[in-house]
Amino acid sequence: MFFNSLLTNFAALEVGQHLYWQIGNIRLHGQVFLTSWILLGALLVFVSLGTKKMGNDPKGLQNLLEFLWDYIRDLARTQIGEKVYRDWMPFIGTLFLFVFVSNWGGALIPWRLIKLPSGELGAPTADINTTIALALLVSLSYFYAGLSNKGWRYFEYYVHPTPIMLPFKILEDFTKPLSLSFRLFGNILADELVVGVLVFLVPLILPIPVMFLGLFTSAIQALIFATLAAYYIGEAVEEHH
Amino acid sequence: MLAFNFFGATEGGLFDINATLPLMAIQVVALTYILNSLFFKPVGNVVEKREKFVSNNIIEAKNKLSEVKKLEADLLTQLQSARTEAQKIVSEAENESDKLYKEALDLANNEANASKEKARLEIESQTSAARDQLSKQADDLSELIVSRLILEK
Repeated sequence: MFFNSLLTNFAALEVGQHLYWQIGNIRLHGQVFLTSWILLGALLVFVSLGTKKMGNDPKGLQNLLEFLWDYIRDLARTQIGEKVYRDWMPFIGTLFLFVFVSNWGGALIPWRLIKLPSGELGAPTADINTTIALALLVSLSYFYAGLSNKGWRYFEYYVHPTPIMLPFKILEDFTKPLSLSFRLFGNILADELVVGVLVFLVPLILPIPVMFLGLFTSAIQALIFATLAAYYIGEAVEEHH
Repeated sequence: MLAFNFFGATEGGLFDINATLPLMAIQVVALTYILNSLFFKPVGNVVEKREKFVSNNIIEAKNKLSEVKKLEADLLTQLQSARTEAQKIVSEAENESDKLYKEALDLANNEANASKEKARLEIESQTSAARDQLSKQADDLSELIVSRLILEK
């Protein structure tokens, strides 16, 4: 009897189930959009509140936003280089903020209290569609950065030290988005699953350190994603001599 | 037995890729533009304005400091030249007073020597005069003695 209920409860983790939205011929994962709209809405409200009254002497939220801006600028500048980092800073910053807000929002807000007809709310980055979308945007960005900065000379990068590198560099164009998307997806999903299983098995105290670890991983994943994206763009615009 | 539906073939599953992907990509691109105009541009303007202000102030302060150092060096050289001039004047005055002292000393010495000589000459002349007188008296006396002796006989 107890064991039975345990199993049915365990099933309540609902891995790989989605809230489907059907619009015409296309199907969407509704829960991903719901959480992302809530989190991004909160982010935009926070940002617009902080930038409302900005003065030369930073006060309150402006301090935090300036710290964030400075952090993102340093990240973009060290990876992309002094010359073109300005063009890419908003993109890198958006990636960082999106991933960070999604990860932390997924970990900190008790989404499970909101019941959906199917699937459950959680971090938008725990859905493979989101992470692949981000990774493909990064791929497009570094191609665009390389081509717009160096023209056709961008492809010199593929044979850079020696032409032997050509197959590996081509392979890299596939492994980069693959590793980016699966790293983020895997980390966030695994964290959600571990916390979910632990909360189910030992609902008191024990999940807390794992939750903190999850917050740590979430922040690190956001940093890794943004840093790697910036690094790839930097690699594409770098001049070889 | 467990209801983990990892690779659900038709419906759902972890790797269920559908139109969520392109829509999410569009959403992120839109978010980039929104955050750029709402966050990155305004905050960047404020931060860069302040950085420019600070660096301008630093440059200005550096210029002022170098000016102050130049003035200080100027003053130092002026002070040095004034000091050497003062030294020169003092040594000149010392030389002059030395000279004057020597001159005065020489004059006094000469005067003293002259009066000493004069006195000596006077003494000499008086001595010779006295000796002359004495020898004359001795002559007179001897004459007297001789005349007396002659008269007695």
